[in-house]
Amino acid sequence: MNKQNSQASKLIYTLLAWIIGGLIFFPIFWTLLTSFKTEAEAISASPSLFMFDWTLQNYIDVLARSPYFDHFWNSVVISFGSSLVGLLIAVPAAWSMAFVQNKRTKNLLMWMLSTKMLPPVGVLVPIYLLFRDFGLLDTQLGLVIVMTLINLPIMVWMLYTYFKEIPNEILEAARMDGASIGEEIFHVLLPIALPGIASTLLLNIILAWNEAFWTLILTAANAAPLTAFIASYSSPEGLFYAKLSAASAMAIAPILILGWFSQKQLVRGLSFGAVK
Amino acid sequence: MGSINLKQVTKSFGDVNVIKPLDLAIKNGEFIVFVGPSGCGKSTLLRMIAGLEDTTSGTIEIDGQDATNMPPAQRGLAMVFQSYALYPHMSVRANIAFPLKRAKVDPKVIDEKIAAAAKILNLTDYLDRKPGQLSGGQRQRVAIGRAIVRQPSAFLFDEPLSNLDASLRVNMRLEISELHKSLATTMIYVTHDQVEAMTMADRIAVFNGGIIEQVGTPMELYQKPINRFVAGFIGSPKMNFIDVSPKHGDPTHSLGVRPEHLKVTTEKGLWRGTVGVVEHLGSETFLHVNVEGVGTLTIKDHGDCTLQYGDTVNLTAPKNKILHFDANGQTIASLSWQ
Ligand SMILES: Nc1ncnc2c1ncn2[C@@H]1O[C@H](COP(=O)(O)OP(=O)(O)OP(=O)(O)O)[C@@H](O)[C@H]1O
Ligand SMILES: [Mg+2]
Repeated sequence: MNKQNSQASKLIYTLLAWIIGGLIFFPIFWTLLTSFKTEAEAISASPSLFMFDWTLQNYIDVLARSPYFDHFWNSVVISFGSSLVGLLIAVPAAWSMAFVQNKRTKNLLMWMLSTKMLPPVGVLVPIYLLFRDFGLLDTQLGLVIVMTLINLPIMVWMLYTYFKEIPNEILEAARMDGASIGEEIFHVLLPIALPGIASTLLLNIILAWNEAFWTLILTAANAAPLTAFIASYSSPEGLFYAKLSAASAMAIAPILILGWFSQKQLVRGLSFGAVK
Repeated sequence: MGSINLKQVTKSFGDVNVIKPLDLAIKNGEFIVFVGPSGCGKSTLLRMIAGLEDTTSGTIEIDGQDATNMPPAQRGLAMVFQSYALYPHMSVRANIAFPLKRAKVDPKVIDEKIAAAAKILNLTDYLDRKPGQLSGGQRQRVAIGRAIVRQPSAFLFDEPLSNLDASLRVNMRLEISELHKSLATTMIYVTHDQVEAMTMADRIAVFNGGIIEQVGTPMELYQKPINRFVAGFIGSPKMNFIDVSPKHGDPTHSLGVRPEHLKVTTEKGLWRGTVGVVEHLGSETFLHVNVEGVGTLTIKDHGDCTLQYGDTVNLTAPKNKILHFDANGQTIASLSWQ
């Protein structure tokens, strides 16, 4: 009875997981399909699932029309750059919040996180003016700075939760053993927190890669990452669904592949607290 | 090298006063044990000595030097934590080498020291394992190994054996005692365990609510506790306390008799009661006797005691083994030990 019950519920959960997974994946799947259709088929009122004339023309057109690899390189620099710079700031910040706490630490953390709840348009004008005056508009450096600042609260928060899992006594042991603060962080804290740090890094690379508000506003031609490259296909000349899809597919492919290969690391890092 | 002098040290967490002004002189080479009820500040004081917790006021001197504000590493002390606090990502070898590397010791010397420590602690076969692949006792030995290679001027132990099972505890207790004999280094040892305190200590400090009630050798504390608290804390099973109504000219408010000093007698005795629970431990028997107007008295009798539930017995105790306490719970020396 019980066994049957648990088997039935297992079946239901599995089914549910597949349905949710399917729902999440469907838009990506549809984009991929559309990218292989002709423009006419793409906007057809009764789209066919597989029975269309498969074509690579969209990819050829897109590559011919815009400098994909320039955008790709900008995306790499902005997402990896901002995540690495963010890590350099977030590690010491999270260390002090986790291990040198005082009464205000929790409030500070909440305050940092609350900046993420603010709509970014709220700071659009000041940031735009600052960028203009410092000559940072449409530069990789400018975008790295803004992405770092935007993702910093999340990085600090994530690292803080991983660091909290590490028993204070291990760090105290290092202190007794004569480690300086730097040695304590490098030889003890970071190696132990490595899964958490890796997943923080990955998640932030993904977030920065996909960020489409600031990247669109603060870049023009030189520093535009792949998000701007996609956007350029919903142009005033009208929508080209098939080409837009091909561009999107090419923009998300790298991060999809990265995510696929780091799946284990990501899941392990994100469920660090739960399994320990 | 390894004398530690605490002068009027205090510790407050916010408004909470955890350590009241406290003086303690720990001699070089001494094995001193801190005991006391949970939350009385033993760990806090140990961590203050280690430098992991700052001192609110007063001074801590190590080898005659004011160390109150020194960072932990400069104090030359080593600490063994209750949770062992090994570095989980490093091999046993790297764990033991860690403090030596921090001190920039020559790699050849490090290898020699690790080999020597591993030999003393029976860890030679485990040097390349990670802490996760060791048993609790082995982990404890690694933690001790990491402490001894630095040749500290004193060792600090915070309940190092409380995560081990009973038989392993006995072994490790002996190993630590042997280590103390061979190294002759000062050791400060926090424990809850009566037996550890009595058997290992040169001196015991009994803590209560942030103060030290009494410091002395185990036998001093056992035989001449200065108050009811120490009398009740040292010894197992606990001392029996009997309230008496003070008579004119006699300040005694209560009496204390240890279970091992109470005897069942066929004569009239001092108290008369009925046997309640009888606990046979093989080598000895604990009798819980209900005495009207007094309460339950615990008696430690020999192993082949045949008394049973419901039997009526007379109890007595040698006069010089009965402690007298005054209204404040202080031992009245003139009446207690002549
Ligand atoms: N960081 C802290 N902040 C506030 N109060 C603390 C802190 N650390 C300890 N305390 C308090 O100080 C008191 C003494 O704690 P301590 O850990 O020294 O007790 P202990 O004697 O070691 O107890 P146990 O035998 O249970 O280990 C306790 O009441 C505890 O709540
Ligand atoms: Mg404690």
